[in-house]
Amino acid sequence: MLLLQEAAHGAAAALGEGNGFTPVLPWLIVGLPLLGFVLNGLLSVLAARRALPALPPVGDPYYDHAHDGHGHAAAAAPVRAPALAAVGAAGASEQEAHDHGTDAHPVDAAAARHDAHETAGHDAVHAQDAHDDHGHDAHAHAPAGPKPFTHTLPSLIAPGVLIASFVVAVRNFVAMSNAGEEARLAIAHGWSWIPVGNLQIEAALQLDPLSILMTLIVTGVGSLIHIFSIGYMKEDPGYPRYMAYLNLFVFFMLMLVLGSSYPVMFVGWEGVGLCSYLLIGFWFGEKANADAGKKAFIVNRIGDFGFLIAMMLLFWNVGALDFATVNERLLAGQAGLFGGALITAIALFFFLGAAGKSAQLPLYVWLPDAMAGPTPVSALIHAATMVTAGVYLVARSSVIYTLAPTASLVVALVGALTAIFAASIGLKQWDIKKVLAYSTVSQLGFMFAAVGMGAYVAGVFHLMTHAFFKACLFLGSGAVIHAMHAALHSTHNPADAQDMRNMGGLRKYLPITFVTMGISTLAIAGVPPFAGFFSKDEIIGAAWLGAEGHSHLSGAALFGVPGRVWMGVIGVILSVAAFMTAFYMGRMMIYTFFGQNRTGDEERGHLRETDWTLKLPLVVLGLLAVVGGLVNVEEHVPIVSAFDFGQDEALHRWLHPVLAGSDDVIAQNVGALPEPAHAAWPIILAVVIGVGGLATAWAMLSKRRLATADQQPAYESGIEKTLYNKYYVDEFYDRAVVKPVGGLSRLFARFDMGVLDWVVDLFGRLAQLFGVAFGRLQTGQVNTYAFVLIVGVLIVLGSFVAL
Amino acid sequence: MNEMSGIAQVPLAYSLGLSAILFGIGVAGVIVRRNAIVLFMCVELMLNAVNLAFVALSPYAGVEGQVFVFFVIAVAAAEAAVGLAIMIAVFRHRESVDMKNFSLLRW
Repeated sequence: MLLLQEAAHGAAAALGEGNGFTPVLPWLIVGLPLLGFVLNGLLSVLAARRALPALPPVGDPYYDHAHDGHGHAAAAAPVRAPALAAVGAAGASEQEAHDHGTDAHPVDAAAARHDAHETAGHDAVHAQDAHDDHGHDAHAHAPAGPKPFTHTLPSLIAPGVLIASFVVAVRNFVAMSNAGEEARLAIAHGWSWIPVGNLQIEAALQLDPLSILMTLIVTGVGSLIHIFSIGYMKEDPGYPRYMAYLNLFVFFMLMLVLGSSYPVMFVGWEGVGLCSYLLIGFWFGEKANADAGKKAFIVNRIGDFGFLIAMMLLFWNVGALDFATVNERLLAGQAGLFGGALITAIALFFFLGAAGKSAQLPLYVWLPDAMAGPTPVSALIHAATMVTAGVYLVARSSVIYTLAPTASLVVALVGALTAIFAASIGLKQWDIKKVLAYSTVSQLGFMFAAVGMGAYVAGVFHLMTHAFFKACLFLGSGAVIHAMHAALHSTHNPADAQDMRNMGGLRKYLPITFVTMGISTLAIAGVPPFAGFFSKDEIIGAAWLGAEGHSHLSGAALFGVPGRVWMGVIGVILSVAAFMTAFYMGRMMIYTFFGQNRTGDEERGHLRETDWTLKLPLVVLGLLAVVGGLVNVEEHVPIVSAFDFGQDEALHRWLHPVLAGSDDVIAQNVGALPEPAHAAWPIILAVVIGVGGLATAWAMLSKRRLATADQQPAYESGIEKTLYNKYYVDEFYDRAVVKPVGGLSRLFARFDMGVLDWVVDLFGRLAQLFGVAFGRLQTGQVNTYAFVLIVGVLIVLGSFVAL
Repeated sequence: MNEMSGIAQVPLAYSLGLSAILFGIGVAGVIVRRNAIVLFMCVELMLNAVNLAFVALSPYAGVEGQVFVFFVIAVAAAEAAVGLAIMIAVFRHRESVDMKNFSLLRW
């Protein structure tokens, strides 16, 4: 109540001032998800405790008797037997298997093992064994019964805090949009975090148009995905733990986008990496999932190293780390900095960090593996929010990147190459989530191409629309997998619930999923007027404009080749990648929703949409995928300009205050750019690419009859096999990095055991040797001692005499 | 001390020399001999060598040396009593007073 009053007061103040902007309870935005994490975390600890067998106090003679009533075991059974039964029962009843073909997850059994040490350990393994045959044993069907409060409360807490946080963010957004353009910046000071000499880092939040936009995306899409998670994960024994991680992730993500300085951002940056690790390996009972989590974490460390180096360089040369001061000082000294080695190094090191977090070449390998996590996690973390952090970082550092044209070109080129590289892999994947994973990598490449070319608004715009339609696609695939799993589960069919060869014709059974995913597919393929068309067109358009010399990078050079040539190349690459995008998305839709159903005759009856929580987010995101693009329609688009949306380039104007610094750099160092002539051909080309890709997919694939995964032979040779095996990049990394590092560590291990341990042992042996030697002096004969004593006395006396 | 009588008539060097010789014999005995009883006698010998030195020096250093001799005699008597009691106790167990056999107190 107090909070509401305060919020109302703050809003009134913001509205009353007209031109000023006072943030409304900004700490609440990050605080609420943290609160959710704490509450859900406590619940998950409680749930883990409840799943434990009740162990008797040592030597309790009444224990067996007392447990008789629960029917766990015969009274005469040894103490361990009831414990086994208890774990087994907990594992079975709550574990109405929610796994996705690949993942059986005796989560709480494993968690129990964690807590119960040795006694429960043996029993937990039993529960795991029982569950690993994955629905083939009868008790997997045991009715769950009334759920304990630890599994019902998170359904309220987790989405609740997110929605509340979203509401606060909206209030701030409204307050900010009512303020004048110059006033749209507020820093919510927290406390002095690291005061060390010249290094004064404050824990503070920065609310400006860019961060509030990201906050709205994170909390808005996050809320929808939290709601979806209820339906998707509520049967999982680790449900409270899952929700706790998800809340923690949102907290860190908000720290990342709202932090007012690079170190605060870095806290969020590392935090989301941690949560990503925790959630990829959520079903850690399966080694592959745990390995995928580790892979994501380790690959991200390489990027974080770059981030750290960039921060240190920045501090060493600029003397500050908060965005406002850094930009101010860079702009003040821009004449000496522009295009210099220092600023280029800073930009490239930041990009290394961004490439790790946002899965760009060559550090993209972790993201497809990250699909081992629950599907809502893939939607939230590995599509909509965390992986876009790199794009946000580059957009946030727009002054740095504009000052370093060469680095910007590198960013754009890497982005474009990633876009086409990942898109080509996506052409031949069978796993529905893998298609979407490579699609995500590819779309992130588009975003990097945009921010690299200086089209920061286009990049952020695509980030936003991508968050809508890719989240929708991932959640849709989650709904498909959920239905497929339930259907396959009903007949204990061991087939893979994620393999598109086992799907087909699902549009009849999952109509809402089909419609929303279809809309999102049109959006990502770039069919007007859906969201992705506008954002992607703007990116490719930026490349064409740059090729014609209308970009500040047109004059810059990379490897001696002028920027306008590079941007032409990037335009071509992105166009091809966009065509591939349309094709593989069409392929995915055709194989999943069209044609004959291949799931199996008995299973087919069980394919249905169930929970409203699984449908509502899809519908909302589908709507956003339709209208999301209208926030930034270019004024000059010939056909579109005929319709008056009243929204022309709203995002451009909205983000203008954030990007004013970069405009200033261009004006000072490059000069006025020629006003581009807005031709119609890029737009026509974009439409042709989008529609053409889908049409090609339809023409080539819709008549093709697929066999199920176990009958369809794998790709045998040629380019298809190479694509299916992802260009053997993982194998290459294994040979080029993992094996040498493994060899090196074995070498070090031998050095450690052979040399270092030998030296340590040497001292030990010396001590022993001395012990033996001097031990012989102790004869036990008094005479000897007396002799030594006398010798000593004589020496002392002798020394007196001699002196 | 005016009419040099008694021990004062013996030259000091003689007394101290005898004392040193006796002390040396005692030390040698303690180091060399294994018989506990002999060891005791050697210790007594050393004590008495010191006593002799005390007495010999008392005309020059004062009467305190002679007083100290009484203390030493008393302590030596007590020591001999305790020591011999231990010896008897040990002998009852070991049927020997040879020091070679008494080396229990070592690692």
